[in-house]
Amino acid sequence: MTVSVEPTSVHTPAGEREASRPSEVLRPHAEHAFAAELAALAAQDDRPRPERWLMSPWAVATYLLGGTLPDGTVITPKYVGPRRIVEVAVTTLATDRALLLLGVPGTAKTWVSEHLAAAVSGDSTLLVQGTAGTPEEAIRYGWNYAQLLAHGPSRDALVPSPVMRAMAEGMTARVEELTRVPADVQDSLITILSEKTLPIPELGQEVQAVRGFNLIATANDRDRGVNELSSALRRRFNTVVLPLPESADAEVEIVSRRVDQIGRSLDLPAVPEGVDEIRRVVTVFRELRGGITADGRTKLKSPSGTLSTAEAISVVTNGLALAAHFGDGVLRAGDVAAGILGAVVRDPAADRVIWQEYLEAVVRERDGWKDFYRACREVSA
Amino acid sequence: MSAERDAGPPAPEDGVTGRGAGPLLLGVRHHGPGSARAVRAALDAAAPRVVLIEGPPEADALVPLAADKDMRPPVALLAHVVDEPGHSAFWPLAGFSPEWVAIQWALEHGAAVRFIDLPAAHTLAWGREEAEPERDAPGSTPSTAPAPPGNPGASGPGEDRGQGEDRGQGEDRGSAGDSGPGGDHEARGDSGPAPDFGPGEDHWVAGDPRPAGDSGPAGAPGRPDAAAGETDRPLDAAAVRIDPLAVLAEAAGHDDPERWWEDVVEHRAGTAGEPFAPFAVLEEAMGVMREAYGVGGHDRDLVREAYMRLQIRAAQREFGDDVAVVCGAWHVPALRQRTPVGADRALLKGLPKVKADLTWVPWTHRRLSRVSGYGAGIDSPGWYGHLFSAPDRPVARWMTKVARLLRDEDRGVSSAHVIEAVRLADTLAAMRGRPLPGLTETTDAVRAVMCEGSDVPLALVRDRLVVGDVLGEVPESAPAVPLQRDLTRSQRRLRLRPEALEREMELDLRKETDAGRSTLLHRLRLLGIAWGEPATSRGSTGTFRETWRLRWEPELSVRVAEAGVWGTTVLAAATAKAEADAVGAPSLADVTALAEHCLLAELPDALPVVMRVLADRAALDADVGHLAQALPALVRSLRYGDVRGTDTHALADVAAGLAERVFVGLPPACAALDGDAAEEMRRHVDAVHGAVGLLGEVTAGTASLGDGAPADGIRGRWHSVLRVLAARDTVPGVVRGRAVRLLLDEGELAQEEAARLMGLVLSPGTEPADAAAWIEGFVGGGSGGMLLVHDERLLGLVDAWLTGVPADAFTDVLPLLRRTFSAYETGVRRTLGELVRRGPALRTNAEATGSGSGIPGFAPDLDPGRADAVLPLLSLLLGLGESADAEDDTDRRADDGDGGDRTDHVNDNDLVRVAP
Repeated sequence: MTVSVEPTSVHTPAGEREASRPSEVLRPHAEHAFAAELAALAAQDDRPRPERWLMSPWAVATYLLGGTLPDGTVITPKYVGPRRIVEVAVTTLATDRALLLLGVPGTAKTWVSEHLAAAVSGDSTLLVQGTAGTPEEAIRYGWNYAQLLAHGPSRDALVPSPVMRAMAEGMTARVEELTRVPADVQDSLITILSEKTLPIPELGQEVQAVRGFNLIATANDRDRGVNELSSALRRRFNTVVLPLPESADAEVEIVSRRVDQIGRSLDLPAVPEGVDEIRRVVTVFRELRGGITADGRTKLKSPSGTLSTAEAISVVTNGLALAAHFGDGVLRAGDVAAGILGAVVRDPAADRVIWQEYLEAVVRERDGWKDFYRACREVSA
Repeated sequence: MSAERDAGPPAPEDGVTGRGAGPLLLGVRHHGPGSARAVRAALDAAAPRVVLIEGPPEADALVPLAADKDMRPPVALLAHVVDEPGHSAFWPLAGFSPEWVAIQWALEHGAAVRFIDLPAAHTLAWGREEAEPERDAPGSTPSTAPAPPGNPGASGPGEDRGQGEDRGQGEDRGSAGDSGPGGDHEARGDSGPAPDFGPGEDHWVAGDPRPAGDSGPAGAPGRPDAAAGETDRPLDAAAVRIDPLAVLAEAAGHDDPERWWEDVVEHRAGTAGEPFAPFAVLEEAMGVMREAYGVGGHDRDLVREAYMRLQIRAAQREFGDDVAVVCGAWHVPALRQRTPVGADRALLKGLPKVKADLTWVPWTHRRLSRVSGYGAGIDSPGWYGHLFSAPDRPVARWMTKVARLLRDEDRGVSSAHVIEAVRLADTLAAMRGRPLPGLTETTDAVRAVMCEGSDVPLALVRDRLVVGDVLGEVPESAPAVPLQRDLTRSQRRLRLRPEALEREMELDLRKETDAGRSTLLHRLRLLGIAWGEPATSRGSTGTFRETWRLRWEPELSVRVAEAGVWGTTVLAAATAKAEADAVGAPSLADVTALAEHCLLAELPDALPVVMRVLADRAALDADVGHLAQALPALVRSLRYGDVRGTDTHALADVAAGLAERVFVGLPPACAALDGDAAEEMRRHVDAVHGAVGLLGEVTAGTASLGDGAPADGIRGRWHSVLRVLAARDTVPGVVRGRAVRLLLDEGELAQEEAARLMGLVLSPGTEPADAAAWIEGFVGGGSGGMLLVHDERLLGLVDAWLTGVPADAFTDVLPLLRRTFSAYETGVRRTLGELVRRGPALRTNAEATGSGSGIPGFAPDLDPGRADAVLPLLSLLLGLGESADAEDDTDRRADDGDGGDRTDHVNDNDLVRVAP
């Protein structure tokens, strides 16, 4: 899902890109894929808009959460989750505070940030992909060394970062995986976010952000330890935690849909009637993740892994592959058991105890789970 | 007042002469800070000479206490049946309650205050009447048994007890709210006071009665009233009851009535110009509601309203029109009506009556909140209190409070955070189209700005600020709380006089009175009333004896008063306190101790909650040691509960789950332990073993109808755990040895196998220290010696091993061995020594003759030498003339003969010498 536009490439305004026939690309940007919805929202939006926003905050929220416009245009929901979260996120962008989206992997952080940028600024490509090797130039500016040597330092020799461009043009910049960026590089964001200024000491100049500039960062809150944000930087952000799916049904739905899509793209033979097994996998994941059984009667220890929806999807996909290639074509407990064990037991000592406790205390007693229990016992023994 | 008359909307048509001449009717929402503010403004403007308040008229005499400097809200008016404190009702008042504001206003301005609701004598009687017929009803809880004085159960019409302290309370509260479980929708009516608290009333009512403890679902968020209604009683009643607030909010297009009310009423900026306008609008709305829904299922409202009308008329006769009435907005239209006095009187005829006592009791914000089981049904008393008391800029002030709290908890929150949070809250409110940031907006802003998106610190904010820790105070001059009366009665009954002089008392628990005393003292200890301290008895140590050191300090009376918030009887209060303690207990061991305490104090009703908490804690506790400690207590509780005839099914599940966790966690936990830890682990293994045995018995009875043989299952699994322990090399010797021993005792391990394992451990490849530890585990403890006495093969193994221990290692294993063998009784030690001395021959015999006849440890044939030794004595006895000396000599000779050929066994004899 990570959109990787060469971050330091020359920026092409979104408008020009329309020419490049988005339908041919593997995955078009949000602002292209949903151009019609965005246009309809902007056209019918009569509420006050912050400067340089394409639409009002209210319309941005509608764009993300879905709805029907007065003229009957249906806006598809981009994010399925609590309304509160989207409202807080959009409201944050409307103030001058930056927005930090936190969540375990697979909670649609990048997705939400892309759509927010698309709806607010009409351009989701001002993106810095954070990695352990992200240099300061990616956030501030770099130099075109040929120019620099030939003509000396000047604005022409300067290669602006996406953040710098966003400041100059009053757009929304995005930083992916902020916590993977080295701490010294992170810190270069502090001045940008608090003073809204990017000094260029080499030229004795500065770039001042114009109204409409803001920044959306995403970070994986399981990886906090990688490069924990300094409190100075953290203070510049409003933090929104994107939760895992709230109800089991929603999660089963998400898993089966994705499994179906992936299965088709991998050309796995169609495997019928896997829903029960999927529900079981989702139940196991949810129970262990939440530390409580679905009926709310027994508390459990949670293992060290994330057990995100994305992992449930991969467990089921693996199981399907097993069933299709080595089994009788029906997804059975045995096909997913090994995958579940692998997902749950990340730490061989502590997690194994947790898993066995779960097996003995919960799974064994559950009606209709005998086959699953046996399968799990076999692989965990 | 004139202003009101003029400004008011046209009177509802039924109240013909209504508004013009009538009293000033101020319809409020109970516990609404906006209402409270409006009431104050209206009273200031109208300056009535008398303020009539919806509440039990018996409390009129208590009103002056409200002005006492020691009186601090939140407090509650408590009414209870005389001599039956378990049967009670509460009218909680917070500082921001309109009723409280009205009382304070009147006291400041010298106006009279009168409560005009139906007397508590009637409402309590209603509650009791309902309780009686329902006693046998299936829905009613077991504890509704009729009334030994302390029995809280008496009052509950079938209500489940929960944290609510006593069911009486609950009930009334139910009455207040209606949700008395057993009670019906009428309860709501009956409890007079509460229900009418205004539009919000239904809520208020609704949420609380269901103690959080048992009604998980009902306590859940959402509209609790509905939940309560559905869960506990036939639907019809619930269906009829309406929540006026919800209906109004729905009409206004809001899905959340609470929020709607906040926006429309609580958050309205000052209505400086027209102090009566809000009431007029509200009255109109309620008038329409009453027309549409009648009493909305609150049948008893009619009676109450009739009474109120009569009271208002009486006040008017006395004070003219200088009368202000503060009551739930719901009642205003009815009070406005002009009905013939006769009709009202008729309605009131023949009401049941009991003798009721009233007093003020301290209350807490937590108790006001819906979450605590029987609060006033408001979610956020702290927030409301803040809204009421903040002079201006409530959001900024609130954020500052939050920041201070978080700072105190060591979270870095700067003023910049506060600024940003306020801005975010304002922007959110604008985006959501609200006039002012409400609790939702402020909470969202606090989460995003100050808590870094995390709900953990937010929970703290919610607990400390949104609900709040505010504890009310009541002056000492307030009449005694029912708990004190109940205590006094118990003291009289048990002939246990409070004396300041310290004295010691021996209780024989087999006697009824003494047992009662013990129970009472234990309960008081739970409540923090340290009248008696258990002391170690000097004399006998029988389990039926308890020694107490008693001393009544004057401040204990204060403690009793404080404990009054937990309930109206000692039993109920102790139960509620135990439940609350369990929920708040910091560690598993505390919960376990509490469980035991509940047993001592005979609080069967608290056990389910304690057990649930115990199960939860156990699930999350990673330390097998803690679990192993908890298990025996749990199993004891289970057996105890069994004896008392309480429902043990849930307990059995918990215990089985706990055992299961221990089984899974034990083997990994036994790896890499040092000596002390290993010894502790051995004790845990022993404890679990005992508990599993008991648990097996208990579950065998209850669960036999289930699949297979669960009891056998649990034992079987324990045995397999023991086998794992016995076989795993990383497990310390003492635990391995103990595991083998337990298996052997259970008959799960053949003697040969045990001997093989022992041989394995005692073979030269094993470190002597480890082997010694194994021996300690295997034959340690009192009965271990007998095992060696009777199985000479094992003894022989020990013997052979010990002789093979190298000299330098011997000093290392010596202490362990000494510890092991010194625990044996003298006789056993002696026998062992003798066996060892003689052992080799015997062993050789046994081995030589092989599997021959029989019992291990006994030679297959008679030992002719020893048999012969008897002959001289026999001859002596029979008078055949041999001397005693000769007999002795023979004996000695025989022994020497045995020991003679094994001179190399010096160490054995050392062992024997060491042992004593």
